[in-house]
Amino acid sequence: MSTETLENENQQVIEAPKEEFLSKRRKRLITDPLNEDNPITVQVLGICSALAITVQMEPTLIMSIAVVFVIVFANLIISLMRNLIPNRVRIIVQLAVIATLVTLVSEVLKAYSYEMYKILGAFVGLIITNCIVMGRLEAFAMGNKPYDSLLDGLGSGFGYAWIILVVAFFRELFGSGSVFGFKVFEAVGLNNFATNGLMVDSIGAFMVLGILIWVQRSKTGYVEH
Amino acid sequence: MELFSLGIKSIFVENMIFAYFLGMCSFLAVSKKVSTAIGLGAAVIFVLTITVPVNWLIQDKVLKEGALAWLGSSFAEVNLEFLQFIMFIAIIAAMVQLVEMIIEKFSPALYGSLGIFLPLIAVNCAILGSSLFMVQRDYTLSEATVFGFGSGIGWMLAIVALAAIREKLKYSNVPDGLKGLGITMLITGLMGIAFKSFIGIAI
Repeated sequence: MSTETLENENQQVIEAPKEEFLSKRRKRLITDPLNEDNPITVQVLGICSALAITVQMEPTLIMSIAVVFVIVFANLIISLMRNLIPNRVRIIVQLAVIATLVTLVSEVLKAYSYEMYKILGAFVGLIITNCIVMGRLEAFAMGNKPYDSLLDGLGSGFGYAWIILVVAFFRELFGSGSVFGFKVFEAVGLNNFATNGLMVDSIGAFMVLGILIWVQRSKTGYVEH
Repeated sequence: MELFSLGIKSIFVENMIFAYFLGMCSFLAVSKKVSTAIGLGAAVIFVLTITVPVNWLIQDKVLKEGALAWLGSSFAEVNLEFLQFIMFIAIIAAMVQLVEMIIEKFSPALYGSLGIFLPLIAVNCAILGSSLFMVQRDYTLSEATVFGFGSGIGWMLAIVALAAIREKLKYSNVPDGLKGLGITMLITGLMGIAFKSFIGIAI
């Protein structure tokens, strides 16, 4: 009996300064960017690609995966090197790391899904200048430990992903009458559903995102001044 | 004449913002005042006009398959295209730094007014985007220069117009949730419709 409690105490003493694998603080790193601190709708970052490739769901999904990959690994790598990077040249170092990761993504796409590579075109390269990636590196990875940075990257990546997937869902549904290429309205029996050309166009993206921001901000109560 | 029509096309019809959503981050962040919008627009035109032709040279003389043939026949089959992103972004970052230094030396007044925006340009999607489009569309050197300049003008036009609208918007009663980003998005959409009217104009 007594030895057991002693063991327990000993363990506690050893583990006390260590943080849990998924402590409350770390969970917040992932959940905050999903809603209250969303990179797109609240921080106004990464809008370019959010709008350009959201005409259809499939390219949007590929794009989200690519961006999550780049953010997570850029965050991790920069965080590992954060004490070695001189402050004056940090932007160039960050850009080099991001550009390398994006090159990897683009080469993989080219090899395994050439169709997608053609559809996404220049926008894969434009992940380099996606402000979310740079923003997270500057704001978080430069001053935090690798594991935390990795979680932060995951959070921001998913925060970005769900917004662009929602935008793409509405644009594809109303613009082409389908979801992931599956003709929804015809399957239900509405053969004469009139698709809205505005949704396929860039204008539709601005409108959908504007309204999405409105809905989300009314829910969280965030007001910009 | 073809160059002229390409210029008009890149300013109005294929406007960087309304057709391709490039450079949206700074477009939304720096469009609160007309004067700063003009400053940033001018800087973007300047950097675009320089970087697109320079990147064209890099692509044509270094990166493209067989581009290194001028070094000797043993280099004739080298294809460095996978280095494209890194090279382009490095050129852009270097050019922005160079432009900053030149302006600081020769026109301190302009440097003072542009100061903060210059480094920001390095991560403006419109700059890298133009270079990538230039590769995709197989432009010649002169076309690339005109395209870079035209895209810059179009970008400046868009940001100055939006800034002017937002200055007036301060006095209107916008619903709480739409304030700031939301209403700006909707306005940009409406401006996009206006720009759509240029489609189909052939010169």
